[in-house]
Amino acid sequence: MLEKYLPLAIILAFAVFIGFFVVILGTIFGPRRPTERKSAPYESGMIPYGPGTRRMNVSYYLVAVLFILFDIEIVFVLPWAVIFRELGVPGLVLMGIFLVVLEVAFVYAWKKGALEWE
Amino acid sequence: MLTTGTIIFGVFALVVIASALGMLLSRNAIYAALFLVLNFATVAVLYLILGAPFIALVQITVYAGSIMVLFLFVIMLLGAEKLPAGEPLGHHRWIALLFGLVFLAELALFLVYRAGMRAAVNTPPLEFGSPAAVGMSLFQKYALPFEITGFILVVATVGAILLTRGEGFKGRKRTLEIQSQDK
Amino acid sequence: MDGAMILEWVIKSIFLILVMTGGFAYVTLYERKVLARIQVRIGPNRAGPFGVLQPVADGIKLIFKEELVPAKADKLIFTLAPVLTVIPALIITAVVPWGTEVTLFGRTIKLYLADINIAVLYLMAVTSISIYGIALAGWSSNNKYATLGGLRATAQMISYELALGFAMIVPVMMAGSMSLVDIVESQKPVWFVFVQPLAFLIYFIAALAEINRSPFDMPEAEQELTAGYHTEYSGMKFALFFMAEYIKMIAISMIGSSLFLGGYRGPFVDQLPALGPLYLFIKVAIVLFVIIWIRATLPRIRYDRLMQFGWKVLFPLALLNVFVTGVVLILVGG
Repeated sequence: MLEKYLPLAIILAFAVFIGFFVVILGTIFGPRRPTERKSAPYESGMIPYGPGTRRMNVSYYLVAVLFILFDIEIVFVLPWAVIFRELGVPGLVLMGIFLVVLEVAFVYAWKKGALEWE
Repeated sequence: MLTTGTIIFGVFALVVIASALGMLLSRNAIYAALFLVLNFATVAVLYLILGAPFIALVQITVYAGSIMVLFLFVIMLLGAEKLPAGEPLGHHRWIALLFGLVFLAELALFLVYRAGMRAAVNTPPLEFGSPAAVGMSLFQKYALPFEITGFILVVATVGAILLTRGEGFKGRKRTLEIQSQDK
Repeated sequence: MDGAMILEWVIKSIFLILVMTGGFAYVTLYERKVLARIQVRIGPNRAGPFGVLQPVADGIKLIFKEELVPAKADKLIFTLAPVLTVIPALIITAVVPWGTEVTLFGRTIKLYLADINIAVLYLMAVTSISIYGIALAGWSSNNKYATLGGLRATAQMISYELALGFAMIVPVMMAGSMSLVDIVESQKPVWFVFVQPLAFLIYFIAALAEINRSPFDMPEAEQELTAGYHTEYSGMKFALFFMAEYIKMIAISMIGSSLFLGGYRGPFVDQLPALGPLYLFIKVAIVLFVIIWIRATLPRIRYDRLMQFGWKVLFPLALLNVFVTGVVLILVGG
């Protein structure tokens, strides 16, 4: 059972190694002479002003909320997609109701303007 | 008694506990969120060890992949990554400690009195956690809970959208104008 | 499970990672050459014959570059973010089959690293994890452009991930399995792109947006955001972001080929399984060419249009496509 997933663990280990190896490579060979100007935030040559991180548009939050909903939807549709032939018409009706119900939230968000970007 | 499976489980269980503690103790909200991601990912590995690969990857996709992205967004949107020093809700700590102890006692009692029950848990069949098996039970045995889940999800999402309306997207243009006047 | 099996997996993993990193180097050259030809230029031709050593020269140059870390950056996450970006890109193709099986040194070797019955879900899980590196790079830089670029990139990725997910469900329905090996094998009679052209189109567009590739490269728009989430990165850390982006290009081409274009299948592949990787390579090269061609042709899409296209056009279309496929396959039979 678990053996099937062992190759994934092995390649994950190699990927982690490669990632850190490259970072370390740069740290060893790259020069490091920081000055005040160099380590200031890059703003196209202008003198930076204000904080680097600030409050952002609430639309991003709304997108993330909707994303959770439909991500869960995909997760429910996936097992249905594997066995929908065996389930037949009842399964289709069941999934149809589920999708229509979830799309209510989509339509609501659309009507409320959550999908509009200025 | 100490099989390979038990050792792997033990190692990952330790990571789960450590990342949960890291989440609770870090003073930076972004670090706390990242510890929680690690926690979710490790719990997914525990599901995998228990023979539920579908649930394991769903755990990563939904919890580590989308719910934590929302957390990260909210922290970044509010610029709230630095938690205030000190304890804003000092008395909660004692209540939490009390409930923690009650839970621990319950767990201990369960282990003492139901020790014989552990043998009764059979190893599930090999294909128990496959997507086809999960789907069969989800769309046949648990069809009604499945549909109700849909309704709950919609109510939660509509609620989340409704709550942002105050300072949200309807009045966004106005907020932007105020910001540009400040400059 | 025996030692030889583990050794085989280790060798396959190293091979896959070498192919992806080497592929990254040569896709950059491929892109520069193709772009140059489209713009009636010659492209890099100084380092080695036809410029084949150009990626090596670029790599060596980047190793010796100074790495700047902004003074107010969160140093730990700033270093971790590029690593977190490249890991998902390297592991996502682990479930893609290269062929059936060949006999080498008297040992039957299957030409894939892992065949799991939830491969498509694995693809989705890895895709959703790949958001973190970019979001954290933007946040930890403590730079206005980087933060905004990171947020834009993540919002775009999660928006298009939905359409991508639904587009990937269609081949699962056609094959009745989430395993990519099964999906490729069930394209024996006909490739899914001919049965489901809409799903392939949605997959392709959503995948381009998912990897922030032009015309959806708004998060990295130079004119507006300097360079988006990797504004503050330089040297090898920047190279990691660059590497992740190009490896993701190869990955979406490989996955798209396997889901819709018959993967390693082609003429005589049943008689001669060693042809499998060759067919996959050719298909990936063609898809990559189309991606580069699109970059050379289409202008960048404005961010509001981009988000609205994802949510109001692509997502409903993908959802409808899944359901209509279900209705047709059940009522008509298939």
